Amino acid sequence: MGLTPAISTSRVAYDPPAQEGWVTTRLEFLVNWGRANSLWPMPFGTACCAIEFMATAASRFDLARFGMERMSFSPRQADVLICAGRVPFKLAPVIRRIYEQMPQPKWVISMGACASSGGMFDNYAVVQGIDTIIPVDVYVPGCPPRPEALIYGIMMLQDKVRQQRSLSNDAQYDEMAIDPTSRLYIPASRIDELSEPFGNSVHQTRSAP
Amino acid sequence: MSVVLPGAALPSDTPDPVTPRSLPHRGGEVNPSVDALRAQFGSAVQRHEVTWGETCAWVDAARIREIVLWLRDDPSQQYDYLVDITAVEHRDAVAPLEMVWHLRSLPYRRFLRLKSALDPAAELEVASIEPVYKCANWLEREVFDMFGITFTGHSDLRRILMWESYAEGFPLRKDFPLRGRFSRSEQLSRALSANPEAPYSMEELSVVDAFHELPADMRERLLREQGQG
Repeated sequence: MGLTPAISTSRVAYDPPAQEGWVTTRLEFLVNWGRANSLWPMPFGTACCAIEFMATAASRFDLARFGMERMSFSPRQADVLICAGRVPFKLAPVIRRIYEQMPQPKWVISMGACASSGGMFDNYAVVQGIDTIIPVDVYVPGCPPRPEALIYGIMMLQDKVRQQRSLSNDAQYDEMAIDPTSRLYIPASRIDELSEPFGNSVHQTRSAP
Repeated sequence: MSVVLPGAALPSDTPDPVTPRSLPHRGGEVNPSVDALRAQFGSAVQRHEVTWGETCAWVDAARIREIVLWLRDDPSQQYDYLVDITAVEHRDAVAPLEMVWHLRSLPYRRFLRLKSALDPAAELEVASIEPVYKCANWLEREVFDMFGITFTGHSDLRRILMWESYAEGFPLRKDFPLRGRFSRSEQLSRALSANPEAPYSMEELSVVDAFHELPADMRERLLREQGQG
């Protein structure tokens, strides 16, 4: 401060040693670059997908290449919730609470057929897709998906993170609670009337919160 | 057959264990415990059957606790290991529900399956064998959860697999629809309103109550950590 040598303005100087440590870029780009390359996953493994997830994290596929080797077993230090495996109804409040405990910004990868749609477990005990409980960013199909598939999903999520206009629009991180007084509110029963059954079950409805 | 106590060396004339081959579907060597049961309890043992080399005896459900107690404590039986408790619902109008107990005698190397049909007209009630085998606690809770059979004398009969507030019935009964009774949205909103910590009773959460039953080294460690604050 004040002691920096005066730079000659008479000519354009290119002096790499003097410019060491300097980068000029958009702040958004820098923040997104940092976020995309240090996504700490919160592993929520409930079934065989978790085995593939472990393989992804192990040395052969090496999740550390993506800055993700630090599994965050506390949701409060996590960025990505990777739900690997089927989620029974008994776990529905648990995964919802884990998602709520994660700090913003946060993302969710739904790994495998069961997490994405209930898979073959169209029965009384299994949630028909975790997107009925929490918002999902990337769905990875497969039963279970190979590590390459999960890594592809992770790279898609990284792309999504890089493209976020994060600093210009903070409102996108606001949690939106359901407000029955809002004019946009449609009750669940009405949604069921209007929408057709979807997923692999004729009993599955869109209105599930 | 001689008694081999757990952990003891086998007598030198013991043949090597072999995988049973070409077992008959029906018939075969009957577990000698069945005859002993008949001699002890008479008509409480209704019939028996040997399937794939395993003996199954149908017994009177009302006397199950004393039968199991005798099987565990009699020196000629020593069924010291309760493998499983479950129930079966058959598509059978006369005896739709059957209780099943799997017992194993480690000293005598015997396996015995006990069954008893439940009266569909009466209350679905069986005596709990938790006083005999402590591990029956969770097994009977599972049977209660899945079939709705109540166990009299059970210390803590609650649902174990489904959550406490589950209101759709008993999933493994034949009249239970595969996808449950409620719509998916109803199921999900009910599930989300459940308290995840509710399944744990205070006994399960409190180490203090179980303190004197803990192993000595664990007791010592807990005391030490408590001293450190």
